[in-house]
Amino acid sequence: MYTQALDVQGLEPAAPIDAASLEQRFLERVDAEEKIEPKDWMPNRYRNTLIRQISQHAHSEIVGMLPEGNWITRAPTLLRKSILIAKVQDEGGHGAYLYSAAETLGVSRDQLVEQLLCGKAKYSSIFNYPTPTWADVGAIGWLVDGAAIMNQIPLCRCSYGPYARAMVRICREESFHQRQGYDLMLQLARGTAEQKRMAQDALNRWWWPALMMFGPPDAESTHSSDSQRWKIKRFSNDELRQKFVDFTVPQARFLGLTLPDPLLRWNEATERHEFGPIDWNEFNQVLKGNGPCNVERLAARRAAHEEGAWVREAAMAHAEKQRRRKASIAA
Amino acid sequence: MGERVEDKHQWPLYEVFIRARGGLDHKHAGSLHAADAPMAIEHARDVYTRRQEGVSIWVVRSTDITASDPADADSLFEPARDKVYRHPTFYEIPDEVKTL
Repeated sequence: MYTQALDVQGLEPAAPIDAASLEQRFLERVDAEEKIEPKDWMPNRYRNTLIRQISQHAHSEIVGMLPEGNWITRAPTLLRKSILIAKVQDEGGHGAYLYSAAETLGVSRDQLVEQLLCGKAKYSSIFNYPTPTWADVGAIGWLVDGAAIMNQIPLCRCSYGPYARAMVRICREESFHQRQGYDLMLQLARGTAEQKRMAQDALNRWWWPALMMFGPPDAESTHSSDSQRWKIKRFSNDELRQKFVDFTVPQARFLGLTLPDPLLRWNEATERHEFGPIDWNEFNQVLKGNGPCNVERLAARRAAHEEGAWVREAAMAHAEKQRRRKASIAA
Repeated sequence: MGERVEDKHQWPLYEVFIRARGGLDHKHAGSLHAADAPMAIEHARDVYTRRQEGVSIWVVRSTDITASDPADADSLFEPARDKVYRHPTFYEIPDEVKTL
């Protein structure tokens, strides 16, 4: 059941079973690949880790509507416009699935939205980069959604049931996002010299931020070990990043475009690609709020929330009026 | 009905059930917030059936659902475990007997 309105607070059993044995049983269930459901006992640290991760993920989907939404009115054809609208609508839907999953852990939607709008909650740093050209829409679909899929597929097997189920739904839809992006890049890469230059320029700007999406290197990742123990996370940041590079290099080659990394090379011995150092200083700056579009993105979300307030209130007032009218007819 | 006034500004939570095709049961798809049931149906259409996932939608206020407690799982479901005679495979029927 997807609701915290049901009694999730009934966590403390009447008979004082000690916390250690509850935790032991919880870990055994996780080890046995059983899913943990909202009303099951879980350690507070597990609950808080999930709330943080799922809500950050939800915020990322919602903020992620903005960079591409920027191009809806200027898409070059009606078909591309329809595709882009469908994709942006999907991102909104993904945000909705994920907020619902987070709410099963006992946090309200209002709290989550408030955390985003006041700047306390984080969202994926990638969405703080601008989309100055149409090719950015292609590069985002291909690289950003590609990296997201790489991160998200293992989450379909995450130990927390509602999150895993939301991710199954999301992954099913995400593949369309990546393919429409690659298709757009392919069309530009096969177009005029100017179009190809535009595609290359977008690739140059999105490549490194896409690699940063996998998070800090394993050695510096603060949340990883608990998450792996609890089977929330199945692969390390560096493993997934490497896999993404290995998948993407041949795709770029097929486009006839060059990845902006002079150190990128195939290693015969390891059968993997080696790539240059990532500028973690840039990543940290963007995360701290100093990226090119942080201020703009949050301002857009706040405006949408504030300007929509009267609609939400009016809908509630209308629903209440209908309910009363029905009640008085019945009386 | 949900007389409890929660947060005035927060739309109540609804659970969504979708029938994927005619002939199948409605199945829990997820949840969403809406001001009332008609809006919940409209939102469910947009959130859960963008790719023809359904032909029919049910919505119900989450607070109107009563659920069993996981702590009671043993007393509720355990008694069924040792009643193997409830299953047809418990009975060995001689090969000569057909269509049984």
